[in-house]
Parts: sequence; C-alpha cells; structure tokens
Amino acid sequence: MKCKVCRQHAVIDVRRHNAGFCRTHFLDHISNQVVRTIKEFKMFGPDDRLLVAVSGGKDSLALWDVLVDLGYDVTGFYLDLGIGGYSTRSKDACIRYADGKGAKLIVRNLRDEHGYTVPELSKLARRAPCSGCGLNKRYEFNRAALEEGFDILITGHNLDDEVATLFGNVLHWNTDMLGRQAPVLQERILTAGHGAQKVMVKKVKPLVKIAERETAAYALLKGIDYVVEECPMVEGNTQHKYKEALTLLEEASPGTKSQMYFGFLKKAAPRFAAAPEDDVELTACAGCGAVTIEVETGEPMCSFCKMKALAHRRRADSLPAPSIRKPRT
Amino acid sequence: MRVRLRNPDRTVEVSGPRDVSMLLQELQIVPEAVLVIRNATLLTRDETLNEDDEVEVRPVLSGGSGP
Ligand code: SF4
Ligand SMILES: [Zn+2]
Ligand SMILES: [Zn+2]
Repeated sequence: MKCKVCRQHAVIDVRRHNAGFCRTHFLDHISNQVVRTIKEFKMFGPDDRLLVAVSGGKDSLALWDVLVDLGYDVTGFYLDLGIGGYSTRSKDACIRYADGKGAKLIVRNLRDEHGYTVPELSKLARRAPCSGCGLNKRYEFNRAALEEGFDILITGHNLDDEVATLFGNVLHWNTDMLGRQAPVLQERILTAGHGAQKVMVKKVKPLVKIAERETAAYALLKGIDYVVEECPMVEGNTQHKYKEALTLLEEASPGTKSQMYFGFLKKAAPRFAAAPEDDVELTACAGCGAVTIEVETGEPMCSFCKMKALAHRRRADSLPAPSIRKPRT
Repeated sequence: MRVRLRNPDRTVEVSGPRDVSMLLQELQIVPEAVLVIRNATLLTRDETLNEDDEVEVRPVLSGGSGP
C-alpha cells in the first residue's frame, strides 16, 4: 500500500478515508484533523489556557502531544484513582511523557482529595466502578480547571467513544443525554445573590473526528510510551461491548461510525436539545457550590456531594462501634 | 512467527509466510480493532510476514467512561 500524499510505502490504512499514509503524512493528517475540529466547533483560541485531562492511555497522551506541538499553552492533569498497579503505571506514563516533552503536568490523588479510591467508592456506594469513577473524574477535572484558572478543559474522547455513547443513548432512548451530547459544552455561570460565579468551565473534545485505532497509531509512531493494559475494573463494561459491535459494522462498511456520529450532530441533536421551557432551575450545591438542580425542600446537593456523603456514612457505619467496658460488679 | 497478543499478555506461534490479513483471520481478530506492529512500526493489511518475524497484535479499543 502506498501513501496517498507522497506515494511512498504506507504504514497505516485509514479505510473510511480510503487512504494509506506514510509515517510523516499520517502524523500531519492527525494534526490537521485536530486543527479542523478546533476551528469547526470553535473550541478555543491561541491565547486560552488549556487543561487536558490525561489518563496515561493513547488518546489523551496523543492529544496532549498534538496540542504541545501546535504551540498551545496546555497543561496536563492526571487524577490518581487508586486502582492498584494500573493507576501507578498510568501515572508514571504521564510523568514520563511530561518530563520527556518538557510539558506541564498537575497530579492529584482522589484519596487525598476525598478519602477514597475508585474500588473503595464502588463498594461503599454500591455502584458499578465506572459510574462512580466517571462522576468523580468529571467533578475533579472541572474543579481543578476552575481552581487553577484554566479557560478550557479538554478531554481525549475520540470518535469511537462518542459513537459508542450515542449508540447506548439511542438503545435506551436516553433523550436528555442525546440533547447534551456534543463536542463542546459551554461554560456555566451562576448568578445568585452577590454577583456571578463561573461554576462550570468550557469542555471540549478535539479528537471527535479521529478513531481510536488512529490515536493508537499516532502514539506508537511518535514513540509515546502509553499504557496498553486495560483498567482492571472495565470487565463487563457495556461501553466496551458497544465498541466491539460498532467495530464489526465499521469493518464491513468503512465510514459507518463517522456517518452515525456526524449525521446525529447535524440532523438529530438539535431535536433533542432542551426546550427553554423544560429548563429546570439551577442553583449552587449547598455542599460545594457546584451547579445543581433547585429542590423544593431542604438544601440542594449535587450528585457528587450526595455520593461522597453516602460513601463516608457507609464507611462510618461499617466501623466497629467503640467498645464500652462494663463496670465490674 | 511469534505473535504477541495483549490483555492478557501472551504469545502464540503461527507458521509463515502469510500476509497480515490472513494472520488476523486465522486468529479471528477484527482488523479494525487492532494495530499490527513489527520492529516498532506499523504494518498494513497487505504486508507479508515471514517465518522468523516477531509481531505484536495490539488491541486499540478501550473501555470505561473515557479518559
Ligand atoms: S474503566 Fe471504569 S473504573 Fe477504570 S478508569 Fe475507566 S471509568 Fe474508571
Ligand atoms: Zn507520505
Ligand atoms: Zn456539591
């Protein structure tokens, strides 16, 4: 197979573009796709301070690399989830990359911040690991971005991630989620009592045009030493099953994934966007100030604070009660 | 040839020569779900593998709720 651009020997075939690429032109192709995505969806500009959430996996490290090479002011953010050796190896991969590239990295630890690891939280809250993990990551990424004064929060969600999420939302006719699934989520400002406060930073996904196989190829060809092993908690994760099913369709008919996702964005997403009259009253969480839904009675609590309180309550309940010595008779 | 598979890590022996698509077919692996790597570079489906090659078949689909 030959490179579409220079007719030299190709190292990768991108079947949905009906093209092969040599190393140089493949790396260019990925970088160009990211640039196009940033422009098309008005994600950010050259003066913005960017925070990219990195996991040590191929997608986030490849994205970080592309953005550094494009000259953006971008800092990595790694959240240690406490998933045994997997988290240690993931953190090491991020640190190794940052050191090698001379890139800025912020590391935080979920246990130091909130008193539990992802496996502990899953047991205490009696929820599937990925659901508790997802909620905590979203919360911590946003909090870190706000606290450290970043303009934009970037995640490495790729085409496969987005199309699998879309597929799941369609299978369950999760219309609320369909209304919110987009490559850009605008920042949220709460105006309450004394002035306005930013409670949610703008979130963007510059890899939505790029398939997972291509981010892996990019990382490999750039010599990025990413973590290939899977998180041990992923077993039985439905998102993974959707990806397998969609990849079978893609194999049979290249372009299926991108047709489904970009067709959705263009033709269907606007129909699911919340009508103004459906808009629920938003307010600040009494626990942490994050944005949440106004409640009729009692104090409003965001879903993160509810989960954290539940985990800490269950842990306290499970501790043996302090023994009281019986007075001798 | 020696073929390294991941998650979990293991090695299988496959006789050569044969091309990448045939190897994947024999291992019942969907080509879109993997990268095939030899000497730290990538191979397209039409590439030929020799008896004494060492290759890695690396899965690219990851699970979970994203990064
Ligand atoms: S697989 Fe699940 S538990 Fe593991 S990091 Fe991803 S979301 Fe978290
Ligand atoms: Zn070329
Ligand atoms: Zn809260």
